Amino acid sequence: MPVIDLANPTRFLGIVSRVLPWLAAATVLVFAFGLARVMNAPDDYQQGATVKIMFLHVPAAWLSMMCWGVMSVSALGTLVWRHPLADVAGKAAAPIGAAFTFICLITGSLWGRPTWGTYWVWDARLTSMLVLFLLYLGVLALYWTAEDPGRGSRAAAILALVGAVNIPIIKFSVEYWNTLHQPASLFRKGGSAIDSSILIPLLIMAGAFTLLFFTLHLAAMRNEILRRRVRSMRLMQAQELAEARS
Amino acid sequence: MSAFVSLLVRDMRLSVRVGGGALMGALFFLIVVTMMPFAIGPDLGLLSRIGPAILWLGALLASLLALDRLFATDHDDGSLDLLMMGRMPLELAVAAKAIAHWLTTGLPLVVITPVLGLMLNVELRAMGWVSLTLLAGTPALTFIGLIGAALSVALRRGGLLLAVLVLPLTVPVLIFGVAAANAAIVGPAPFGPPFAVLCALSLASFVLGPVAAAAALRHGLE
Amino acid sequence: MNLGQHADFVIASYAVTVFVVGALVAWVTLDYSAQRRILGDLEDRGVTRRSRRAGKYQR
Repeated sequence: MPVIDLANPTRFLGIVSRVLPWLAAATVLVFAFGLARVMNAPDDYQQGATVKIMFLHVPAAWLSMMCWGVMSVSALGTLVWRHPLADVAGKAAAPIGAAFTFICLITGSLWGRPTWGTYWVWDARLTSMLVLFLLYLGVLALYWTAEDPGRGSRAAAILALVGAVNIPIIKFSVEYWNTLHQPASLFRKGGSAIDSSILIPLLIMAGAFTLLFFTLHLAAMRNEILRRRVRSMRLMQAQELAEARS
Repeated sequence: MSAFVSLLVRDMRLSVRVGGGALMGALFFLIVVTMMPFAIGPDLGLLSRIGPAILWLGALLASLLALDRLFATDHDDGSLDLLMMGRMPLELAVAAKAIAHWLTTGLPLVVITPVLGLMLNVELRAMGWVSLTLLAGTPALTFIGLIGAALSVALRRGGLLLAVLVLPLTVPVLIFGVAAANAAIVGPAPFGPPFAVLCALSLASFVLGPVAAAAALRHGLE
Repeated sequence: MNLGQHADFVIASYAVTVFVVGALVAWVTLDYSAQRRILGDLEDRGVTRRSRRAGKYQR
């Protein structure tokens, strides 16, 4: 089946209906496998069992960034390539990305309390995530408060692209800010030499979350297409009534 | 070139008129900075330590509030449509409006900063440096805010949506502006690097802002 | 499985994640049923989409 078929909403709906059950099953399986590995993962010598929170926190962070990437590509599709389903893809991705960012913030906070002593720390990563969350809220505001869905989608697409340019700058500036205001962090950042007994469960969980994202995204796209059909049918109905009366 | 200049001059004239709100920004800046000690307390030592931060926050909020006006009046009376149909590239037209906006609302903020610094017990020798950081940073605030203004004029949601969209994007400007201002006062950290980054952010926004704002106007008002 | 002295935080993290993911799944599922129901309702009442009505104007 040629890729161009994906541009036709009806064909797309057909493909989604066939693919979705498999994706959902795969998601559940990989999560089950990942969680089993997580349960058997060793404790960190400094943090103890709380390192198990990392298996949620880090994949959620990766996905929140990936989702903005999906929104940016959708934005290019909306504004530049004029792909018919591009704005549907962007609108469907936004709430999912915001939810993953939220998970990242909450798990980060819960991880911080036993390791750093407070529920919120203004460390570079959490602070960057907070700003990213605010950007997600801005995009959601544009999608959901616009009276005309087409206009809202285009505005949100522009913000997605502006964000794509700005997010690396924001991350860089927040890390700089963090070095100014805090002494070297007590928390040994997980980037250095992660043992494979921790790394492999982490990657499996990341894979599970990614499958979850695509499952939710396709399902949400399907819902959005149906919602637009409802809207156009209602407009059609209203127009007929107006014509019948005149 | 003359079309650019005449648009710039026109915008400046409009905003210094009675309903234009040019000096309102400076007045708001004054009020916000006055409010801060009521919340923080009159301890001069504390105020002088956080003075640059208060000045930057006040300037940020004052810039934000004035942005609403950037496209709203033109949208209402139809001149925005004329600009979009005209021969001058929309990016340049939008840039001209942004420059006019900064000259009439951003620059007054920089000018009254020394006076406000006195109220916050900021050291005299440091006042010049703080003003310099604001001079370099307020254009970035205007040009980034331009994007939010263009996005919200098409949606007719106004003020608060604009703030929600713009504030996260201004985080780097705020960070480097205050870092540079503090470096000038406290000393050990050098002033140069954060100030250079601040200037870089402003220069980058001169490009990103008009491009994104023009795209927002085109796609939003088509 | 011994989760150590900070077990509450680990459990809370997983609970929050399950809750948020569950909410997303619920949103997607409920929205789907709602849209299908409305579409079925509209179609029953004879409202059609543009592509099927093209014939009417060609007469």
